[in-house]
Amino acid sequence: MSTTTEAPDTAAAAKPKLKTSAMIASFADPGQKTSNAPFGHALVKAAQENDKIVGLTADLGKYTDMHIFAKAFPERFFQMGMAEQLLFGAAAGLAETGLVPFASTYSVFAARRAYDFLCLDAAEPNLNVNIVGGLPGLTTGYGPSHQATEDMAIFRGMPNLTIVDPCDSIDIEQAVPQLAASEGPTYLRLLRGNVPTVLDEYGYTFELGKAKVLRGGNDVVFISSGLMTMRALQAAKALEAHNVDVAVVHTPTIKPFDAETVLKEINTDRLAVTLENHSVVGGLFETVASAVVAAGVGKRVVPVALPDQFLDAGALPTLHDRYGLAVDRIVAKVLAELG
Amino acid sequence: MTTTHETNTEQVMPTDTVQDAAPQGQTLQTAVTPERVDKISAAAYRIRHHALNMGEVQGQGYVGQALGAADMLATVYGDQLRFRAEDPHWEARDRFLLSTGHYAIGHYAALAEAGIVPVEELETYGSDDSRLPMSGMSTYTPGMEISGGSLGHGLTIAVGMALGLRYQGSSARVFNFLSDGELDEGSTWEAAMGAHHHQLGNLTAMVDINALQADGKTDTVLRTEPVTEKWEAFGWYTQRVDGNDVGALLAAFDNAAAQAAAVGRPSVILCDTKVGRGVPLLENREKAHFMRIEENEWQICREQLTAGYEGKASA
Repeated sequence: MSTTTEAPDTAAAAKPKLKTSAMIASFADPGQKTSNAPFGHALVKAAQENDKIVGLTADLGKYTDMHIFAKAFPERFFQMGMAEQLLFGAAAGLAETGLVPFASTYSVFAARRAYDFLCLDAAEPNLNVNIVGGLPGLTTGYGPSHQATEDMAIFRGMPNLTIVDPCDSIDIEQAVPQLAASEGPTYLRLLRGNVPTVLDEYGYTFELGKAKVLRGGNDVVFISSGLMTMRALQAAKALEAHNVDVAVVHTPTIKPFDAETVLKEINTDRLAVTLENHSVVGGLFETVASAVVAAGVGKRVVPVALPDQFLDAGALPTLHDRYGLAVDRIVAKVLAELG
Repeated sequence: MTTTHETNTEQVMPTDTVQDAAPQGQTLQTAVTPERVDKISAAAYRIRHHALNMGEVQGQGYVGQALGAADMLATVYGDQLRFRAEDPHWEARDRFLLSTGHYAIGHYAALAEAGIVPVEELETYGSDDSRLPMSGMSTYTPGMEISGGSLGHGLTIAVGMALGLRYQGSSARVFNFLSDGELDEGSTWEAAMGAHHHQLGNLTAMVDINALQADGKTDTVLRTEPVTEKWEAFGWYTQRVDGNDVGALLAAFDNAAAQAAAVGRPSVILCDTKVGRGVPLLENREKAHFMRIEENEWQICREQLTAGYEGKASA
């Protein structure tokens, strides 16, 4: 090795600082406006107005912002331990007695481990059970055990279930009371901790089941959900420098899907691109594609999505760049498509 | 019979006697009188008779399980549950959760006995558009609280119901009927832990231990014994009884009721039962998850059932 002549401490100092794969990595950009624990605070607010709301978690209260609710309403919070089948079975039981439970864990455990309980105990009887799933898609560097890259693919097949993929703190704050008020079970792809505040600049309000056009554009139309709407807006701005005019349509409700709004935007001669923090299989891209085909629209749709594979562990910025969710990668893909 | 005896001085007993169609609710000093035993034995006989009739219409069904569990079902519906037959959703009702969906044949017979489902409707069991599907579902049948069938769910839902009822100040109790095969499921033990942790004294589990599951005898499929010690280790007030002895069942349920409290230990009654009980032809047949009964045997079964019941009644 070339460092053999150097003192060991000098060699260590010369090494570049390694990027770490934190469990809870914020995807907020440096200096970006954020809101802390928007879900927890929104649930407290909703619970002040609706005394039927209760909260549960499976030993992940601190990591799903449920601890905010637990502190505000200790008598309305139930710790179920690291037992996800019990978590969702019990949530269904609470709903059977007329309560409105919000039950939190990581998305991987809700979707993969407890599916049968959500399907038969909550969805089949159409109970108001609200699933709150942390670390959706690629929002942790911990590898496949924690990366719920196929959660929407799993959940989309569940009858009665409403699926919401929020972009930012505004979406979450406004979605929570609507999820509580809506009949039937819901799944919220939680963003927790310091969550970016993005959509306030677009005169936007969250409406359950509705897609919203955030900006118009003549050359390209982005159809996006979740944190990828933030990236879509950033990419649209970056593409202005290339004289590419990009519209952005935000579709936070994945199911039931607002096909009417999306088809109206897609059925033009603009390049259509879907952007999602999810596997290319079974998520937003296929939701849009099936709506396009069913409507008889002959239109190519380009996906920006995670590949159909188990992803690497690593630092989140590294992984977002590697798998194409970073703004630069989106810009490059659009420019390549436009030739 | 009883493996645990404890006195709970903080019990919160339901004091209203609002059970309209079924007998009065339990009281603390209830004695197991011959009258109670006779009444429940007669109900169990009718439940078995209904189950044979329903099985005959389909030519199949979980008749063996229904016959085995009839005494448990008769006891809980005839002696313990508070409900209103004409108002199955009455808010203050006790909840009975059947997690073994395939026992629905027995449960429907018990619902008929309780006046919640008309007896004449039982013959539609398992037929198209019937309210009585082969596997029990809450969306189909009045009085059916949950959709069982995917085993290991019932006790998790029961935990949530017990929590929700207690939080809302209800004195209603939650009963969960499960089977020994269901003890294979890890979720049952998640729920057992959760019920103890949350001190759900308003929750009673009743386990039908017929030592049989789909692939054969329980001890050859996945050994669940020692069952009593397991529940005790999970912190439950545990009793083990002959589940085909009505007197023993009544005593065990009385003990469980005396234990019942908003905050306290959950209670489990482990009931050893015999598949096909009450019909010697079936009791002595090779045990199977689906019991084989020939077309000409249904009437023999009914006659044996009646002869046995009347013989016992006159003895």
